Amino acid sequence: MAGIERRGEGGHGPEGGHGGRGAFAGHPAAAARFVADDARAHWHDQALWWVRQKRDKASADVPEWERLRELAQAIKGHTLSRLADYLAEFERNATAAGARVHWARDAAEHNAVVHAILAERGVTRLVKSKSMLTEECGLNPYLEARGIEVVDTDLGERIVQLREEPPSHIVFPAIHLKRQDIGVTFHEKLGTAEGASDPKYLTEAARGHLRQRFLGAQAGMTGVNFAVADTGAFVVCTNEGNADMGTSLPPIHIACMGLEKIVPRVEDLGVFLRLLARSATGQPVTTYSTHFLGPRRDGELHVVIVDNGRSGLLRSQALRRSLACIRCGACMNTCPVFRRTGGYSYGVAVPGPIGSILAPARDPRAHATLPFASSLCGSCSDVCPVRIDIHSELLVLRGQVVEAGGLPAGKRLAMRLAGWIFRSPGRYALAGRLARWALRALPRRVLYSKANAWGRQRELPAPPGETFRDWYRRTTGRA
Amino acid sequence: MPTVGLFVPCFVDQLQPRVGVATLRLLQRHGVKVEFPPEQTCCGQPMANSGCRAEAAPLAERFLRIFSRYDHVVAPSGSCVSMVRHHYDGFLAGRDGFDRLKANTFELCEYLHDVVGVREAGARFPRVVGLHRACHGLRELRLGSGSERRVPPFDKVKTLLDSVEGIRVVEPARPDECCGFGGTFAVNEEAVSCMMGKDKLADLAQAGAEVVTSADGSCLMHLEGLARRAGSKLEFMHVAEVLLGER
Repeated sequence: MAGIERRGEGGHGPEGGHGGRGAFAGHPAAAARFVADDARAHWHDQALWWVRQKRDKASADVPEWERLRELAQAIKGHTLSRLADYLAEFERNATAAGARVHWARDAAEHNAVVHAILAERGVTRLVKSKSMLTEECGLNPYLEARGIEVVDTDLGERIVQLREEPPSHIVFPAIHLKRQDIGVTFHEKLGTAEGASDPKYLTEAARGHLRQRFLGAQAGMTGVNFAVADTGAFVVCTNEGNADMGTSLPPIHIACMGLEKIVPRVEDLGVFLRLLARSATGQPVTTYSTHFLGPRRDGELHVVIVDNGRSGLLRSQALRRSLACIRCGACMNTCPVFRRTGGYSYGVAVPGPIGSILAPARDPRAHATLPFASSLCGSCSDVCPVRIDIHSELLVLRGQVVEAGGLPAGKRLAMRLAGWIFRSPGRYALAGRLARWALRALPRRVLYSKANAWGRQRELPAPPGETFRDWYRRTTGRA
Repeated sequence: MPTVGLFVPCFVDQLQPRVGVATLRLLQRHGVKVEFPPEQTCCGQPMANSGCRAEAAPLAERFLRIFSRYDHVVAPSGSCVSMVRHHYDGFLAGRDGFDRLKANTFELCEYLHDVVGVREAGARFPRVVGLHRACHGLRELRLGSGSERRVPPFDKVKTLLDSVEGIRVVEPARPDECCGFGGTFAVNEEAVSCMMGKDKLADLAQAGAEVVTSADGSCLMHLEGLARRAGSKLEFMHVAEVLLGER
């Protein structure tokens, strides 16, 4: 089981098809590699900042924006407090409408359930619309190893799939690529003209290529954006209509959802659908928001509900709010670190601020650098449409990483030493005097040795002649 | 007349004493009675932000012991004040005097704006000043409305700065993007921290800033370090120094 989980996560890390990017050694090293290509890092930053600005404009068009966020937070909070009841209600109603509901404890069970459905029906060609859950579970390699062709039909996802890369962003899977990069990939894989990078031309080529896959598919798979307990229906949001194409042509539809995707009532969609697209891309609504209730005539509908660590998160009072995430990606677009370091620098399926909660919450040691891959600026918490206090949860997780022994020994020692110094005004004054003396007296090559990460690109502060407390004592005669 | 306990963050005490002096003089100019309790050291933020809660806890205790005797506590750092107001709960919840301390600990501009009611700085500073909005002051203390939220716009720091005679306050195009300091983040994630800082400096220079100011000296230490290495002529002054005006 752990092996399969590792496979899912590892697709972005040690084992994974990362085009020879080398082993994942934590966020700082991967971030430094991304930042080293200054022009590309700035291009990536600008591309996502543009999305953030679109989100700002779209949200400004809704006078009750903050009220919507509060409502969304309240609905999610309520739902999570009665999650088992709502899941059971959804199962009842979905089943009554003719769907088959399956439960999966973890990634391994999820993959096995999906494979069994396909294998029993002799399916070897599957089309799939975007689902971060299947990325999390490592479904594609699992099915491919068992002789099933899986075609991701979202344009961005198809691009990265052709390159044998994971998505680098949950909403814009190929945001790390320039159109010239895509031109090269399409030339190699789809036979487009060499050197062609016109977006319209490339999109036409992808469209023609995907159309054949849609027509030949025996089953279609989708994710789930919202599952409605009181009707048993679920909603899938796309901009390309690929989920609709993939579920209209083949007779079998498998929808996979994390167990946190439930909303109690169909009316609640009036809150979440208004928030989702505006937060994700700055559109008022996604082009397609398709409601599925029961199978199509002569077809089958399977819904796989997956835990994979979510119930553990639900048990944590400090972290459970992160389960309210609707996967809009706004925290990634606003994050000054994500924008400059790219999704791969996190080494997990869901990267960025929210991903830096979800992965370490499951295993703080394995993802020890992620809660620290943030300046804790708090922009993520303020853009989050469901008001998850993301940066505060990251701080909580830093504590868990330290408790799990995940902080490097040198840093742990430095903090112990600093704590000991600060507990005594005498030690504090002495340490301060020593530090200021060192700044003045030591030769530059010593001060700016390799060990000084501060000084690689920054000057150290010029030490003043006296501290504030010295000045205060001298001028007021007090203390 | 309330007495203010002046909380001078450790790095201000050791590396930017002029900011402490300006804070003291500024408060006194606006009629505030100020005392500096000399047994203070550090609020514990560096440890708490690194997840080292065991090391932060005794410092929170010390802080409560030292500052609970004052009516108000004021510090020239939004980040350190936020530590007390938002992050001491885990160490001090339920302790005698903690709720009172939490409710009465203020960032300098917030104190002048909200408690003293200052609307005219009564100072002159005829320069083009670029405002860097420090994150914890902005998003944890809500010194301003911030660019993310759809609430009526306000900015306490800018309101005070705008009242300074002769000043022209300019803002970067990304009005509240993090500068990349982030405490230990500045060294843990050195590459991206420095890229963020350089981007911030470029944005401020583009806005025409001659002097960069902020309510948090730690951001300025990071930005100034980058600017000095690059040979930039930008000057860096804490908002307390700007509000005090030309000497």
